[in-house]
Amino acid sequence: MTERPGLDPDQPDEAQAGDVSRAEGPVTNPDVQPTTTTGRGSGLAPRQEPIDDPGLAEHEYRMTDVDPVLERRAERQVAGLFTLAMLLTVAFTVAYFAIPEDALFLGTSASNVALGVTLGGALLCIGVGAIQWAKKLMDDHEIVEMRHPAASTPQDRKEAVAILETGGRESGIGRRPLIRNTLIGSMAALGLPAVVLLRDLGPVTDTEVLSYTVWTEGMRVVEDVSGRPLRPSDLQVGTLVNCEPAALFATNEEGERIIEGTAALQVKAKAAVILVRMPPAEISDEQTQNWGIDGILCYSKICTHVGCPISLYEQQTHHVLCPCHQSTFDLAAGGTVLFGPAARPLPQLPLGVDDEGYLVALSDFLVPVGPSYPTMEL
Amino acid sequence: MRLSTRRRHPLAAIAVLLVGLLAVGGLYSAFVPRAATAQTSQADLVEEGRQLFLIGCASCHGKNAEGILASEGSINYGPSLVGVGAAAVDFQVGTGRMPMAAAAPQAPRKPPVYDAVETAALAAYVASLAPGPAIPTEEMYSPEGVDVEGLARGGEIFRANCTACHNSVGAGGALPDGRYAPPLTGVSSVHIYEALITGPQQMPVFPDDTLTPQDKQEIIAYINAVDDVPNYGGWGLGGLGPVAEGTVVWLVAMGAMVVAAVWIAAHGARTRRSKS
Repeated sequence: MTERPGLDPDQPDEAQAGDVSRAEGPVTNPDVQPTTTTGRGSGLAPRQEPIDDPGLAEHEYRMTDVDPVLERRAERQVAGLFTLAMLLTVAFTVAYFAIPEDALFLGTSASNVALGVTLGGALLCIGVGAIQWAKKLMDDHEIVEMRHPAASTPQDRKEAVAILETGGRESGIGRRPLIRNTLIGSMAALGLPAVVLLRDLGPVTDTEVLSYTVWTEGMRVVEDVSGRPLRPSDLQVGTLVNCEPAALFATNEEGERIIEGTAALQVKAKAAVILVRMPPAEISDEQTQNWGIDGILCYSKICTHVGCPISLYEQQTHHVLCPCHQSTFDLAAGGTVLFGPAARPLPQLPLGVDDEGYLVALSDFLVPVGPSYPTMEL
Repeated sequence: MRLSTRRRHPLAAIAVLLVGLLAVGGLYSAFVPRAATAQTSQADLVEEGRQLFLIGCASCHGKNAEGILASEGSINYGPSLVGVGAAAVDFQVGTGRMPMAAAAPQAPRKPPVYDAVETAALAAYVASLAPGPAIPTEEMYSPEGVDVEGLARGGEIFRANCTACHNSVGAGGALPDGRYAPPLTGVSSVHIYEALITGPQQMPVFPDDTLTPQDKQEIIAYINAVDDVPNYGGWGLGGLGPVAEGTVVWLVAMGAMVVAAVWIAAHGARTRRSKS
């Protein structure tokens, strides 16, 4: 890096640029362009500019450059800001230990306010001081920097090739094909884990598990949190109940949930439903009507777009809205999509009533719930 | 004959006694203060409510609260109030939603127009039209007796049933066509209970059969507890979550910084004077 014969002409350029900045009034510098061009060693003839370089406009001084009183004041300001930053930092340290965690200031945490104000104030003072220093006191003159060729010098390129050749020779990669080939083989084999892992994202994976839920014929529809079974008479017109399959609340003889932990979450993620009741006259198609009980309808709670749980139900319009991407489903018309990115209706669960008068499912969902997938059968 | 004229009729004494008794009884019943019975005061309240209704509500809801259909036929100009119950009136009038100030997609919460007595009268009148949910008693809605466990359960019920519209901290949210789920901050316990059992506007109904009064008390206790938590973390942005926060940081905060940097670089006093 000490010798750069090819770029030598650049050096005088930069020196000249420095000179230009200090010159007052328009300065033409016809030498700049041609020397830069020849500097690339491209052998092109010096380029003639169509108009002369007008140079830089006359330099205007700042108030602090011409008035020593203002200069000293700016100096005091910068030093003052830096001192204030120091004091605030000390105050931060004190506040950290001194203010109890649960103390309140104007309804918010006094500790948070004090720590934020002191540390933020210290950083702000340092920043403002630095800007004040740079704008008012640091040297203020225009400079011109010429563009440099992007390529390395021929010298650098030669050196790089030499290093590569030395490496090749000393490692003996050309002389030991066994090592070379096994290395290539080991690198290529690393592609295998990637293929195996990414395969799960593709359509060849087992999607059977997505096609059914835990709902079966005769399983009670129970309230989401308490697990209470529901009778049709419990639901007034306009009612919404967030529900789960009774299987989630089933217990063994020791009183422990049979489905629990991750398995329970996986069941919930597919089988969660909402129960709504609307005047039967407002249900627009026959199948929807037949799959309900006196206007009580049961729909999957999982949006068919990307699977957000939805229960944002408007009781007068009978629309359910997904808060994630605004897909809107009409529950009075079989869950048809009215708006948004969802591509298929919200699946409806056929409802019946068991011997004791509680609401039950008549079967599993007849179509897969949740987001569509490539091998889905509708 | 003279003697006979002076002789009293044998029934005269009884007649005098009867006249006297009637006079005393009549005077007593005329002057004694009447005992106010619950029946009469209820009837008075209903009548007072009817008068208020005719002035303030009948223009939209009809003279007999039967509702008025708009020209489209299917859409209610003002819905029928027959069977909505006293709870619906106490909620709608008590939170200032009714009477509506202007036709809008949704009646906003505002300072109530009617005082407590007038609201009670209106509620009594509407309740007299048909059976409907009554105003809950304090022991039904008061979250006083809810313990920490109940509070946690209230949060669970709230997240399962309410957060879809009202947000996880009850900050409210948007609905289609200019409607919205209102924030739950500062709503009284009785109004939350009434909203749950009547389903005002687009809100679904959560009757006592599906959400028991105890469930509702726990929900109310949870909402109050969330309300009471002091704000520890700067600007909450309505508790809408990382999307709102990120948007504000990137667009507002970073934008302000870029503008500030440009402003700082572009400004600075210069003078025509040269160095002396």
